[in-house]
Amino acid sequence: MSGHSTYQPQSAFMKWMERRLPIAGLVYSSFIAYPTPRNLNYWWTFGGILSFMLVAQIITGVVLVMHYTPHADMAFNSVEHIMRDVNYGWLLRYLHSNGASMFFVAVYIHMFRGLYYGSYKEPREVLWILGVILYLLMMATGFLGYTLPWGQMSFWGATVITNFFSAIPGVGETVVTWLWGGFSVGNPTLQRFFSLHYLLPFVIAGVVVLHVWALHAVGQNNPAGIEPKTDKDVVAFTPYATSKDAFMMVAFCMVYAWFVFYTPNYLGHADNYIPANPAVTPAHIVPEWYYLPFYAILRAIPDKLFGVLAMVASIVVLAFLPWLDTSKVRSARYRPLYRQFFWVFVAVCLGLGWLGAKPAEGGYVLASRILTFYYFAHFLIILPILGKIEKTKPLPNSIADSVLSEGVPIGAPAPAPRAGASA
Amino acid sequence: MIKRAILALVLTAPLGAFAAPASAQDAHSTPVPPKQSWSFAGPLGKYQPAQLQRGFKIYKEVCSSCHSLSQVSFRSLADAGGPGYSPAQAAAVAAEYKIKDISDAGEPIERAGRPADRFPAPFANEKAAAAANGGVAPPDLSVMAKARTYERGFPWFLVDIFTQFQEQGPDYISALLKGYEDAPKDFQLPSGGNYNKYFAGHSIAMPKPLSDGQVTYDDGSPATLDQYSKDITAFLMWTAEPHLMARKRLGLQVMFFLLVLSGLLYFTKKKIWTQVKLHPEQLQARPPTEYKH
Ligand code: HEC
Ligand code: HEM
Repeated sequence: MSGHSTYQPQSAFMKWMERRLPIAGLVYSSFIAYPTPRNLNYWWTFGGILSFMLVAQIITGVVLVMHYTPHADMAFNSVEHIMRDVNYGWLLRYLHSNGASMFFVAVYIHMFRGLYYGSYKEPREVLWILGVILYLLMMATGFLGYTLPWGQMSFWGATVITNFFSAIPGVGETVVTWLWGGFSVGNPTLQRFFSLHYLLPFVIAGVVVLHVWALHAVGQNNPAGIEPKTDKDVVAFTPYATSKDAFMMVAFCMVYAWFVFYTPNYLGHADNYIPANPAVTPAHIVPEWYYLPFYAILRAIPDKLFGVLAMVASIVVLAFLPWLDTSKVRSARYRPLYRQFFWVFVAVCLGLGWLGAKPAEGGYVLASRILTFYYFAHFLIILPILGKIEKTKPLPNSIADSVLSEGVPIGAPAPAPRAGASA
Repeated sequence: MIKRAILALVLTAPLGAFAAPASAQDAHSTPVPPKQSWSFAGPLGKYQPAQLQRGFKIYKEVCSSCHSLSQVSFRSLADAGGPGYSPAQAAAVAAEYKIKDISDAGEPIERAGRPADRFPAPFANEKAAAAANGGVAPPDLSVMAKARTYERGFPWFLVDIFTQFQEQGPDYISALLKGYEDAPKDFQLPSGGNYNKYFAGHSIAMPKPLSDGQVTYDDGSPATLDQYSKDITAFLMWTAEPHLMARKRLGLQVMFFLLVLSGLLYFTKKKIWTQVKLHPEQLQARPPTEYKH
């Protein structure tokens, strides 16, 4: 694969700067001249959307903190104060609460994109594992944030989730007391959760830097799942990927705005508008929608310790995916069997999500067990075997060839913008 | 791909069948509140100031003897997108209330309310409230309209995203106020309980608060339970979501802006990519590249 044009500083100042801190050159090579496969489809725009959502969450969050009070007696009222008295406080709060959900919508699309096109395979294992770490950090951040309004679901959700740790044999109870900072969820819990909720997004930002660094070391995968070989296979990041990303980002913002302005409480729980009350347990304690599949897995197992282990394993197994999938071919396009199993897996995840919102009784438990078994079987049985027995379709010779076979005429290598023009 | 997704759903459908008996089994006997038409529903929804004023009258004359409204300040009665009182009227309402305070000499006093005050609670504390109401404290009503819901079930919970239906809370409150009945013969009503069709478990500590003719309207609206329950519920929706009208109006502007912007970006993107796809010969030559590998 070819490299790309280098940054040529034009002005005297930029020349001076470039010798001392080559930041313009870094930006130029990472976001302007950086070669991206020419066949990327819209599923590849979600990484950019995720970066946008991270920035949006940090900005709205930092401003919310200026008006929020992290104290068990005041948190609920301070959120209502934001909703009523702070100028555009309602907008800030709804942007932030729905933003968390949109962040997860984007990350799930981003991950299933990786699963479909085999983006986790050699040489992108580290990139993928960094992604799994980001996902775990996002789950932790979302959970911590949900406790902050100190409504009934905040309180009881925090109680249920922290209680998982009591399943640890021997030291469980001690660990839970330590997490709570007391003998039940209370003010010390709220204050430490607030502190961590402020901290983790910056940890995420740091890991995103590593994630993008790894991405730029190995280059992007693409729908054909083969590496670019010549200039004909790639286009410059700017303007090609930039224009595509910008369009999708704005389209995604329309979905986001729909929830924020028209159904701002749809993704939340009515119970969270009741102030936290340790004496009253809500009829159904349900986590936010993005945890539901894992909640279903947890409750599918009758034993508490093994339920928690299964739930943890269901995420950790993703980190081993690069080695569990034994197929040499990356993209599901050329894997007719895997493609079918991929969609069954998507349906199983949706099914688990639906079951996670249902009470753990009767037929729901049975269905959760079957789907939990299938979830693990997909990774531990199906993928290892499939790679050995599947008859894959012939791969195209190059990305340019695969684009051509889709009926899009191609010719000369794609251009890079004039050096320095936009730096 | 879509076909595959459908196939997969069909494959897993039998699992749904397993689940079906369970949902029949936990079908509680609480009926679903009937769907009402609310002026504030939908993308162009608006509060009707006259209705909010009627609702406020009901709160003042009936509900406020038991329920607090502690998030709501008197001045907000004069805010845009609300009941439409003038600042002077809001101040007059405030002055009708006694607020506990500390005098300059440090003595506890009661003074007349000011616009910046919030509605005072009818009871000194939660225990007093519970003691006066058969052991159950009447909950604060400020965000009540968002704090109650009922399950919509599949596929309605998905349809609701598109229709923007989110008035479960108001539907429930107005149904609750009209849901008082004589308890069925086989129902053991605990002492201090009142039978209500829509309340979970049916035994509610709140005695029937409203009946026909109880509150006199000044604007000629019918003095019926039906009208009362709609008006007080609309008022409670406003207390729960005082900036609803500003939100929906801004939403329309934002959606319009994003629609235009995404259209422009789409055609920009198309133009840029057409050059790669259709007229590679017209593109400027790539500057010399460094080969890394
Ligand atoms: C005599 C005192 C009293 C009056 C007057 C009163 N309520 Fe209540 N209300 C209660 C009590 C007590 C409860 C708690 C009921 C329970 O949980 O069993 C309650 C509960 C409620 C609830 C919550 C029901 C639920 O789902 O938990 C609503 C809504 C409500 N009242 C609305 C009103 C409205 C509107 C008015 C005025 C029209 C009103 N109340 C007048 C005493 C009162
Ligand atoms: C905070 C959350 C995340 C951010 C901000 C982020 C950002 C990005 C960006 C900007 C890209 C390049 C554009 C693209 O290919 O879409 C990318 C690629 C990638 N991400 Fe993420 N990501 C996040 C989470 C994840 C997660 C949770 C996973 C998987 C577990 C993951 C796996 C990948 C992979 C495999 C690629 C390379 C894809 C390819 O080239 O085909 N990412 N990410």
